Amino acid sequence: MAQIRIENVRKDFGAFNAVKSSTFTIEDGEFFMLLGPSGCGKTTTLRMMAGLELPTSGEIYIDGEEVGMKPASQRDIAFVFQMFALYPHMNVGKNISYPLRSQGMPKAAVKKKVDEIAEILGITDILNKPVGGLSGGDRQRVALGRAIVRDPKAFFMDEPLGALDAEFREHMSEELRALHDRMNATTVYVTHDQLEAMQMGDKIVVMNHGVVEQFGVPQDIYDWPATKFVAQFIGSPPMNFLDFQGMIGKGGTEVQLNDIALNVPQSIDGANGAMSFGIRPEHVRLDDSAAYRGRVKATEYLGTTQIVTLETANGDIKARVASSDKVNVGDQTGLTFDPRTITLFDADTGAALRSQANEGVLIHG
Amino acid sequence: MSFSVTEPTKGTKWFAGILVIGYACITLVPLLWIIATGFKSPADSIAYPPVVVFEPTLEGYVNLFTERTRATPDMLEAAGEPDTWYDAIVQERGTVISGPSRYGERFLNSVIIGFGSTFLCMVLGTMAAYAFSRFKVPLKDDLLFFILSTRMMPPIAVAIPIFLMFRNLGLNDTHLGMILLYTAVNLSLSVWLLKGFIDEIPIEYEEAALIDGYTRFQAFYKVVLPQAATGIASTAIFCLIFAWNEYAFAVLLTSGTAQTAPPFIPTIIGTSGKDWPAVAAGATIFLVPVMVFTILLRKHLLRGITFGAVRK
Ligand SMILES: Nc1ncnc2c1ncn2[C@@H]1O[C@H](COP(=O)(O)OP(=O)(O)OP(=O)(O)O)[C@@H](O)[C@H]1O
Ligand SMILES: [Mg+2]
Repeated sequence: MAQIRIENVRKDFGAFNAVKSSTFTIEDGEFFMLLGPSGCGKTTTLRMMAGLELPTSGEIYIDGEEVGMKPASQRDIAFVFQMFALYPHMNVGKNISYPLRSQGMPKAAVKKKVDEIAEILGITDILNKPVGGLSGGDRQRVALGRAIVRDPKAFFMDEPLGALDAEFREHMSEELRALHDRMNATTVYVTHDQLEAMQMGDKIVVMNHGVVEQFGVPQDIYDWPATKFVAQFIGSPPMNFLDFQGMIGKGGTEVQLNDIALNVPQSIDGANGAMSFGIRPEHVRLDDSAAYRGRVKATEYLGTTQIVTLETANGDIKARVASSDKVNVGDQTGLTFDPRTITLFDADTGAALRSQANEGVLIHG
Repeated sequence: MSFSVTEPTKGTKWFAGILVIGYACITLVPLLWIIATGFKSPADSIAYPPVVVFEPTLEGYVNLFTERTRATPDMLEAAGEPDTWYDAIVQERGTVISGPSRYGERFLNSVIIGFGSTFLCMVLGTMAAYAFSRFKVPLKDDLLFFILSTRMMPPIAVAIPIFLMFRNLGLNDTHLGMILLYTAVNLSLSVWLLKGFIDEIPIEYEEAALIDGYTRFQAFYKVVLPQAATGIASTAIFCLIFAWNEYAFAVLLTSGTAQTAPPFIPTIIGTSGKDWPAVAAGATIFLVPVMVFTILLRKHLLRGITFGAVRK
């Protein structure tokens, strides 16, 4: 098993820059998520780690060894492709044993290993079937079998559940996570689904337009987004932004929105100018006595909670409140914000301002 | 009965069936006529009105494979009872066998040159098509167009330069020369066809093999080749049919050692009168290898001709 380190990795396709300058570290045994919207360079990053694509510049280390220019076959990793890429001219058993046969393992040992893997994945009964007629889930299992049969240093998976139905995804993602916990193999998993990333990952890298926006454990990324992009990409509904012109001094603990003072975590650097006041919907409370006011535009019932959309002087804001709260469209109401959860962003660069609360989290890998 | 968009109605089915059968009859009649003529006597073969029912004889086949000389009655007397059934057939015509004909050799030449060039064409074509499909080849589009452009003029237009070139290189009337020539002519078609087939094979299969510890070349022949089998088979049939039937170059460039069957068959007429049954017998036997090859590969061919539309 292995630690993987990416340093200043860049990838250009001709004039197009797909990955700008990524740096992060995947620790041994971690279930690591590469998360980002379509076209942000997740697959490209993963393929460079696997050796299917050569980086334009930068270094990739597997267990301390620089492998950037090494061919895939020498990196001792396994890759699960989005469409599984099972060899159509071989049956299930042959597919799984294929990586072993490349190492010249004796027949009896291959058979023993394949049977063992089939047992783990629960596909013993289909070993002799052609892969053509398999269901999505079974294809997925065969692809996994082919990956784990070799005991590689790491598993790379490119949207491995992307081809499955929604209800089956849930089940497979649990199976995958259980498999990982059992084998404790370093796993790098690409997805554009933030929920999947939050549920399954030990750590997440969030990418956008070829740039690593943030890198850390799911809870930190959710609570303390490093950029407005991360704040909006993660969470449903996403973080609210109240835009304002104002200032906060070094060590300051409040900002003025329309002359109403709101408490925030203690600022480290201070700032002056256009800013955004970021707050997650679940940290907004409706409180008629509060000074900061809003008008209810819409409500959305979600069972135990409801999402209330309000119009304020600084833009629309969504609040997640209990369904039992009586809220009517058109009501004027006051809003309070849990001051411990607030992140201030520089409105121009989108970067979060450092505060006592998020300081440790914003450091990049 | 319910109406369906995809399922043809009974009437349509009948109509299509009749059309196909009618077309098959039209194309098969000349073929059947040739096969029948091979078993006719010379008189039956030129009878007018043409005879459809006749007494079959192997005379055409015997004449095809033998050289005969006219014998005087004394010579026939001296020869006594014929030793074999084919001696009997020729003696009935007042001739005796003086030796084997050239047909066997020519047929063998056709086999060597036809299958040899097809094989070479497949080896080179598959590798070139793979490179065009998978690698960044500088000037790829121009090269592909150039390759195709070699097919744009009728091959015989370059006959004279090729004749001179072959003479200088000592390739005239050699098996190697003909194999190279047919390979060169067929290569453009096979590169283009095969590139289409290989483009259809998702690149993930090779990448999976690369990651599984195989080299690029192993990935090519263990993963790509088996999946391209359909395309390779149908392309091979096209190449073989061309090389097998080619006449113009064969007339021009071969005369003795490397002569193929197509230029030889017409000369059968000249050697002993209008021997149509022997010509027909030669043509019939000549048809067999391509037919067998095509039938053997027909499963691939049917899938291949739809150019990947069925696969996926
Ligand atoms: N071989 C290539 N040649 C040129 N451009 C490429 C190539 N591969 C990827 N790109 C471009 O690089 C960018 C990043 O692609 P990549 O496949 O890494 O995105 P992704 O994050 O995996 O997106 P998705 O979620 O859609 O899979 C895209 O804009 C894509 O068009
Ligand atoms: Mg991708």
